[in-house]
Amino acid sequence: MVEFALPKNSKISGGKTWPKPSGATETREFRVYRWNPDDGKNPSVDTYYVDVNDCGPMVLDGLIWIKNHIDPTLTFRRSCREGVCGSCAMNIDGQNTLACTKSMHDVGAGGAVKVNPLPHQPVVKDLVPDLTNFYAQYASVEPWLQTTTPTPQKEWKQSHQDREKLDGLYECILCACCSTSCPSYWWNSDRFLGPAALLQANRWVTDSRDEATGERLDNLEDPFRLYRCHTIMNCAKACPKGLNPSKAIAELKMKLVERQI
Amino acid sequence: MTTRIERPLSPHLQTYRVTLTMALSIIHRATGIALYFGTLLLAWWLIAAASGPTAYAHVQAFTSSLIGKLILFGYTWALLHHLVSGIRYFFWDLGYGFKANEREALTWGALIAGIALTVLVWIIAYAIGAGR
Repeated sequence: MVEFALPKNSKISGGKTWPKPSGATETREFRVYRWNPDDGKNPSVDTYYVDVNDCGPMVLDGLIWIKNHIDPTLTFRRSCREGVCGSCAMNIDGQNTLACTKSMHDVGAGGAVKVNPLPHQPVVKDLVPDLTNFYAQYASVEPWLQTTTPTPQKEWKQSHQDREKLDGLYECILCACCSTSCPSYWWNSDRFLGPAALLQANRWVTDSRDEATGERLDNLEDPFRLYRCHTIMNCAKACPKGLNPSKAIAELKMKLVERQI
Repeated sequence: MTTRIERPLSPHLQTYRVTLTMALSIIHRATGIALYFGTLLLAWWLIAAASGPTAYAHVQAFTSSLIGKLILFGYTWALLHHLVSGIRYFFWDLGYGFKANEREALTWGALIAGIALTVLVWIIAYAIGAGR
């Protein structure tokens, strides 16, 4: 359902401004979305000042600095801190990206670094969104090799050319930056699979070794699952790995037409 | 057992920075809706033309007023923008123009071409004397 405004319990109100770190010569302002499931209050935006001379350059470094030095209750996901795991996906300065690969000096034009959770998701706490639906949609495209011919003695073989067709598809780290940047996904995430799951669907449809192509395409031939994509392109702009889900979706649409000719 | 927590929805439109292709997607939808009303206008004009000189004169009086002209100008732009922007979607549906620079260029192109064609149509219209 299209609802432009936030529900009553989600409206942002107030927020605490934490004191500047003493002795810091140069600070950077961070405005971070906060919501605590235990206090019964609405979400708020807290303001912190990070000592940039005592901190790494990335937005994630700033958040970790805040957690270590100012407010240990600040909650966010992070793991690899080098753009491989996809845990620290969040909305930074109005755009979805990974906090670990986004320099705080590249955002906000010297003003505040605004950090929000991935858009239009239920919030578990602070910057941690509940991605249950997102993962369920990924599972629904059955992201594994499916075959009917007998399993070969050794591996399933693939030519170099066929392997190259998977470039730009297999690199996805499922960070959810793309899906949660998509207005179509905001309004219809109950029925539209979203860019990430569809890119993965195309990854398996494209795989020369997979023998369930027809069933996979059948599963997508639906006014909502695939065709809610209106080529808005926010997904391609958001992807921190430089992939292009909108192109993958266009390829799926073309494959659905081609098989009818 | 703990009670079920009502989780807030994270901000979306409130926080997302508008991208070029996102804005033009909204404009494409808006012009599409505007065309419904433009078609009503066209139908009114045709019905009036078929009804006789008095009814036709009413329409002419409206369309030659300032507000009427503004609405007609807006309708011309909605029609031409929706057309050009629609061609851009054809490109994408055929699998072309997905690279970052290409999609931005196509989108700027649709915006500029829509406005340019609208102005051109009105210049031609005035040149052949339809403005009188």
